[in-house]
Amino acid sequence: MLGRTASSLFWMSRYMERAENMTRLAEAGFRITLTPDTGDGHREEWLSTLTSAGIHRPFKEKYGDAGGGKALEFLLFDEDNPSSVRTCLRLARTNARSVRTKLTRDMWEALNGTWLAFDKIKPAEMTPERLPDFLDWVRERTSLFRGALLGTILRDDTFFFSQLGAFIERADNTARIIDVKYFLLLPNNQGIGGDVDTFQWETILRAVSAHSSYRHVFNERLLPWNIAEFLILRPEMPRSLRFCYDQLQITAEGLSLHYGERKESEESIVECRKTLRDGRMDDIFQNGLHEFLTDFIVSNNKLTETISRDYHFA
Amino acid sequence: MLGADGSVRPPYSELHNWLSAQSKSGLKRKQEEADSIFRRLGITFSVYGMENALERLIPFDLVPRIISASEWRTLERGIEQRVRALNAFLYDIYHRQEIIRAGRIPAELVLRNEAYLPEMIGHAPPLNVYSHIIGVDVVRVAENDFYVLEDNLRTPSGVSYMLENRETMMHLFPELFSKHRVAPVSQYPELLRRTLKAVAPSGVKSGDASIVVMTPGIHNSAFFEHSFLADQMGVELVQGQDLFIEDGHLYMRTTQGRQRVDVIYRRLDDSFLDPLTFRPDSALGVSGLMDLYRAGRVTIVNAPGAGIADDKAIYTYVPDIIEFYTGQKPILRNVPTYRCGVDQELKYVLEHLGELVVKEVHGSGGYGMLVGPTSSRKEIEAFRQKLLARPSNYIAQPTLALSTCPSLTKSGVAPRHVDLRPYVLVSDKVRIVPGGLTRVALQKGSLVVNSSQGGGTKDTWVLRD
Repeated sequence: MLGRTASSLFWMSRYMERAENMTRLAEAGFRITLTPDTGDGHREEWLSTLTSAGIHRPFKEKYGDAGGGKALEFLLFDEDNPSSVRTCLRLARTNARSVRTKLTRDMWEALNGTWLAFDKIKPAEMTPERLPDFLDWVRERTSLFRGALLGTILRDDTFFFSQLGAFIERADNTARIIDVKYFLLLPNNQGIGGDVDTFQWETILRAVSAHSSYRHVFNERLLPWNIAEFLILRPEMPRSLRFCYDQLQITAEGLSLHYGERKESEESIVECRKTLRDGRMDDIFQNGLHEFLTDFIVSNNKLTETISRDYHFA
Repeated sequence: MLGADGSVRPPYSELHNWLSAQSKSGLKRKQEEADSIFRRLGITFSVYGMENALERLIPFDLVPRIISASEWRTLERGIEQRVRALNAFLYDIYHRQEIIRAGRIPAELVLRNEAYLPEMIGHAPPLNVYSHIIGVDVVRVAENDFYVLEDNLRTPSGVSYMLENRETMMHLFPELFSKHRVAPVSQYPELLRRTLKAVAPSGVKSGDASIVVMTPGIHNSAFFEHSFLADQMGVELVQGQDLFIEDGHLYMRTTQGRQRVDVIYRRLDDSFLDPLTFRPDSALGVSGLMDLYRAGRVTIVNAPGAGIADDKAIYTYVPDIIEFYTGQKPILRNVPTYRCGVDQELKYVLEHLGELVVKEVHGSGGYGMLVGPTSSRKEIEAFRQKLLARPSNYIAQPTLALSTCPSLTKSGVAPRHVDLRPYVLVSDKVRIVPGGLTRVALQKGSLVVNSSQGGGTKDTWVLRD
């Protein structure tokens, strides 16, 4: 396989995963606007949503401090936003087009159909009444793509590179969501635990579609340290850092087996996964949750560089 | 579809009955279904210079074009004769130039031609084949009477439409296929693969030859086709950035390091192949590729410099070329062509602008041409000025009484003008897939079939006896 092909598969999956995550963030953010605000029109909430999405800076550059009402449009439709759902779908498709021959027809149709339909939508038409259906539709489409991929793709390097992209992106997304609100999840926050906190915690879970599965796993009310554990260490939670690295390790091992050669990137994955497997929340809180997450995000980013080098992406 | 006497020609009799039994709304529904298949599969092309419509569908017309077995045999023989002669011509003008010495073609027309590459002089490609993949544009004017419009010896496109049109038709109208004995075309990718393997550099066993398809990238108008052909042959689709030269060989960059490349089916123009030899500003090619090619370490398909033989000025000499190299009379006719660079001929053209089609010698894609009979007086006068400014830049041809074929239009099924591009593969032998791309001028009365000018395509059926 060409190095450029591997790169395109990696980024195609990454952008599809990001489109889905951005949609979840938009859903969670939109929900907040349906609750009574504290007088400033949820401006702070939207800003923290944009921070979770990692797009606070381009937003500020475009709108300064005045753009509270533009947050949703920026998140979903704005091509000036390098991670808007629109930008992600377009880039996913551009990458997919350049490696059309490696995709199955089901995958291509899921992805291409999504872009063609999305491209027709005008942001101005997106009234609050239409928004929930629209967000559901985007998630359905990204799920369709993943389903088509898992159901039809050959389990060779084509599969492995697309999985690497998807899970690195997902881990990054979850880590950012926790990091923006990390102060809410610290154990010494337990004294507060009022309605506002509970609502904030729920918002975090919603941003990763985990508000109902939390109760299945913990069987008790929302507690900040449980939430942190759920999103960081629990292997059964499909958007936790641990789960992502379990998948990355399986993928890296598959790739090594396929190529008959072990690369540096596999070693970094194994190491990071070991930290998550053996990690305990007490220790993480002890050493600083924010520091832990910052380190994780940095090393997760570095992993992309290592993979690019190992497999001649450029 | 109809003969000179107005009756339905035999190959169309079944189709005619079937068409008569279809309702307008039923056909319209099938047409929408076809459009959605093409759009979903991403079978699109790009139009240069159009904003907001980066990718468009080529209109697909449901009604097939049918060619009888006996007419096809004539065409096949004529095309084979033509492409063999043109390859012999290419070998000759890059070697001893016998045809020029014999005075059968003016030297300056060849040697001063932009498409003539001095870099190719003295180089003999494997099997002495220069143009391996050819799309000959022909029009039919009467029973067994075909004219060749253009030879397209560089990088002819459209073969993916031939294949996808057939798939779509089989999906939409299986019952029509059970009523006709339609020769299949789906073997084309395998024949292409064999052709490419057969011209591997000497020293590489043809079975082991590593083939790639080379594309300028996803913004090229024919990118869909490049990727389609690579996929159908099971080979890599590369761009210049994926290739590099090391230790006297061409390699592609893969996830597991370098891998050798022996044959490149390139879908970019000569001038982009190698920035060291041609355009230094182009990043699409590979530095040093031409040196490697001349050393016989890699085969480029079609060969650089093959385009000289389909130049519009050379075209007028093709009948002579055929006679010179084969000793036979041409089976297919050339459209009578006036060279505007010749005073006598220019005079005739200027007097008959309203009846002629005038084309730029180096133009393609239906841009920059005048179709006299369908142009306004104002358009003709404007073109006259352009022609007078640079006469040698133009050739002129009479408009032919082109075949029409029933086509689905807004007001029902109506005749529209068509041409035909059969696809030809040349290596150890000449292979022609029975069929081709029929292009149709969807505007009433129009003779311009180019997709960039609103033309569409149809499935083309060659019937078996």
